[in-house]
Amino acid sequence: MNIVIVGDGKVGAALTEHLSNEGHDVVVIDKDPKVVEEMVNAYDVLGLCGNGASYDVQMEAGVDKARLLIAATSSDELNIFCCLVAKKIGAHHTIARVRNPEYAQQLHFFKEELGLSLVVNPEFAAANEIARVLRFPTAINVESFAGDRVDMAEIKLTQENPLSDMCVHEIPKRFKSRVLICAVQRGENIYIPNGDFRLQTNDRIHISSKRSDMVAFMKELGIYRHRTKHVLISGGGKMGYYLARQLSETGHKVKVIEIDPARAEHLANLLPHATVVLGDGSDRAVLLEQGLDNQDAFVSLTTIDEENIITTMYASSIGVGKTVAKVNRVSYDILRSIGIETTISSKTVAANQIIGYVRALENSGSSSVQTLYKLVNDRVEALEFRIAAEDAFYLGSTLKELQLRDNVIIGCILRKGKIIYPCGDDTIENGDSVTVITSHHGFKNFEEIFC
Amino acid sequence: MNYRMVCSTVGKMLIAEALLLLLPLAVAFYYQETGTPLAFCITAALLLVIGLLMGVKKPRHRRIYAREGFVIVAISWLIISAFGALPFIFMDAIPNPIDAFFEVVSGFTTTGATILTEIESVPKSLLFWRSFTHWIGGMGILMFVLAFLPQHENQSAFIMRAEVPGPSKGKLVSKTMITARILYGIYFFLTILEIIFLWAGGMPFFDSVTTAFATAGTGGFSVRNASIGAYNSLYAEVVISIFMLAFGVNFNLYFLLLMRQFGRVFKSEELRWYIGTVVFSVAVITVNIAPLYGNFATALRYAGFQVSSIITTTGFGTADYTQWPILSQMVLLALFCIGACAGSTGGGFKIERMMVLCKAARSQLKRAINGREVVAVKVDGKPLDAKYVHGVLAYLGFYVIIVFVGLFLICLDDVDMPEAIGAVLTCFNNIGPAFGRLSPVGNFSVLSPVSKLVLSFLMLAGRLEIYPMFVVFYYKAWKRKN
Repeated sequence: MNIVIVGDGKVGAALTEHLSNEGHDVVVIDKDPKVVEEMVNAYDVLGLCGNGASYDVQMEAGVDKARLLIAATSSDELNIFCCLVAKKIGAHHTIARVRNPEYAQQLHFFKEELGLSLVVNPEFAAANEIARVLRFPTAINVESFAGDRVDMAEIKLTQENPLSDMCVHEIPKRFKSRVLICAVQRGENIYIPNGDFRLQTNDRIHISSKRSDMVAFMKELGIYRHRTKHVLISGGGKMGYYLARQLSETGHKVKVIEIDPARAEHLANLLPHATVVLGDGSDRAVLLEQGLDNQDAFVSLTTIDEENIITTMYASSIGVGKTVAKVNRVSYDILRSIGIETTISSKTVAANQIIGYVRALENSGSSSVQTLYKLVNDRVEALEFRIAAEDAFYLGSTLKELQLRDNVIIGCILRKGKIIYPCGDDTIENGDSVTVITSHHGFKNFEEIFC
Repeated sequence: MNYRMVCSTVGKMLIAEALLLLLPLAVAFYYQETGTPLAFCITAALLLVIGLLMGVKKPRHRRIYAREGFVIVAISWLIISAFGALPFIFMDAIPNPIDAFFEVVSGFTTTGATILTEIESVPKSLLFWRSFTHWIGGMGILMFVLAFLPQHENQSAFIMRAEVPGPSKGKLVSKTMITARILYGIYFFLTILEIIFLWAGGMPFFDSVTTAFATAGTGGFSVRNASIGAYNSLYAEVVISIFMLAFGVNFNLYFLLLMRQFGRVFKSEELRWYIGTVVFSVAVITVNIAPLYGNFATALRYAGFQVSSIITTTGFGTADYTQWPILSQMVLLALFCIGACAGSTGGGFKIERMMVLCKAARSQLKRAINGREVVAVKVDGKPLDAKYVHGVLAYLGFYVIIVFVGLFLICLDDVDMPEAIGAVLTCFNNIGPAFGRLSPVGNFSVLSPVSKLVLSFLMLAGRLEIYPMFVVFYYKAWKRKN
């Protein structure tokens, strides 16, 4: 697919890497010749130096023949303008990064009237993800798929956890709540477990189920932590604002620490239900003074990665149940190895959102894949297939009878607006939307999941 | 330095050469020659075995950078030339290994300087291989590998940049592999077109093919002792001139033509300078040599052919220009150095660099007159980066130094001044004929083995645009850790 990326900052670079490695024909446009040179050296892409919103530059980049243009410069207005120009020139799809909260309310207008295919707000998306984790603090991480209808929670099996050393098929017998184990991470490897798979201590398991069942299951395991109530946010930037707003709307007690007086004042106006505190959120004295030790959760969203890492480590050490650090540069694996479990990077969130869109575009042409989500660090795919076949062999048989390939399971079935978490006795019917979870890559047709 | 990656990539090049040797082998069978099939088979088998052995150890990681790109290119060219010489040695066509190496380097670098005195007695399959090396070397053997062998390296652009002539290293499309395929497609199409034109004009088929190969790579090996003069056909000369000039044009322009962006082609400043230089040189030489031939049309015929042959760095001959007046010889000597367009199959300093130098000099002059004036150096309406202009100036520096060092080394041999200057410039710019005993009617067999090795090095340095050959000899490039 021909893709043009305008603006090669952090998000642009992450997209360039992913999309060129996936074999797309990528053209990168940036004002700064140095940035373009670095991209061209590092990846198999074509680089162009210039203003990405100008007609001439876009023509030279071949926007008229491009399937998709992604505008990710630092300016919202430039991004929107880029997309408008590209749309007129003939790009099929356009994606703009728009992060100003004042525009955030107008997403519908952007899509319907201006013809943008997708508007990405990295900070907003990241705040959503943090809120999801805080709603369910037992899990290290919560990802969602199937149009955000299904959550998948990651938990780490400790020695005391009854699931340790248990076969997957024993779980329904021992516990009342119905859950599905979608994926198991063991060291470097990833498994999609079948019934005979035996879980071990230190595995990270990813489970999905109805929200109520999930809570009940965690209670049965004895690892349930109450939902968070008091949240302390350090750093009142865009992400802090979105998060504070969302959490206070859902009844959390939120306190935001902001260092800049003008910004703090502004936040106090915007967030009537939250407490805004003026101070340095990386200073221990300030944090303790604001009652860090009796918070349920602490989120560090300052602009400096290192401070976020250190203050969250400190918060964990004095007994805060759930901590989240914003980390833009440091690799995720390294942080896990030093014990920081939950991190958030707006760059990654935005890039994943766009890549998901690109994959869906790619699939929409030739196959029946409706949506595609990358889970567990991009290593597991959740593909949603729409079943539109009158007389396929798999219709009507129970899942027990169907022979699935290794490392494939059916995650959920959406039938007439209702979500079914299938067990062996369920069937696939015509008209269902079936979400398949797999560690294989590149399934195009539903039939491919069978042996 | 990622040694294993370098090793396995060079191994792939050897396998590619083994496959390419199948073509002359087929020619040998077609002409029912004795001995040559065996020579080709042994060479191909050797290449295949060594190539496969080099690829046995899988690299731990596949990351390569500019350094590895340069080293891969330089080593590949050296080794491929050495193996390419084997059939000539096996068949006793060129018994001396240094001579054979010189001949094949001259082939791959599309120089066309020969040490053969009696060309027509050499077996046809060997002559075919000799001309075929031009065709391979013209576009680059690594480009061939990039285009047609499956590979997943992301940084293949580094290899392409090290091999494709000229300072502008524009990819046509975002994927290196597709770019390489498009370039080879254009190259292949133009070559076929020339074969058809020559064959239709009455040239024997074998000669048409080999001549087209030599033109396409802007090489200059001919299968006749008297080069193109042997056919004594105006039609052939016109066709060859046109195709020589066509292969001297930046191939990106052909791609733009394919994309129907005609405006950008005609606006190309390099193309205008190229055409301007050709027209000017032909005019001066025609007027200058008209009295010699007593006839304006004949003068135009010889001048036109010789100018296209020299500026594109092909080096075919129809007349002995060393007999021309000194002004004409001087014009040709200037063309020796200028060379063809960047991104073409031609060698030399490149029109684009010349153009940038002239513009930089002009801006410097303006600044000397008015110290506060801000002058932008622009090409095709776009301002040039100062780094780019510095790059061109540095290249000029290297160019001059290498020419002089080459001159000193050649002077150790028994040569006179025009011969020494001619030999160094003709080899470094990948042209072919020079002056004195090395004129179009003479050849390079008169030189000593040491001179031949020096000239071989110059040919490689010229074809690969200097840096790769020097990076190999720069100890820091070989450090295991950065």
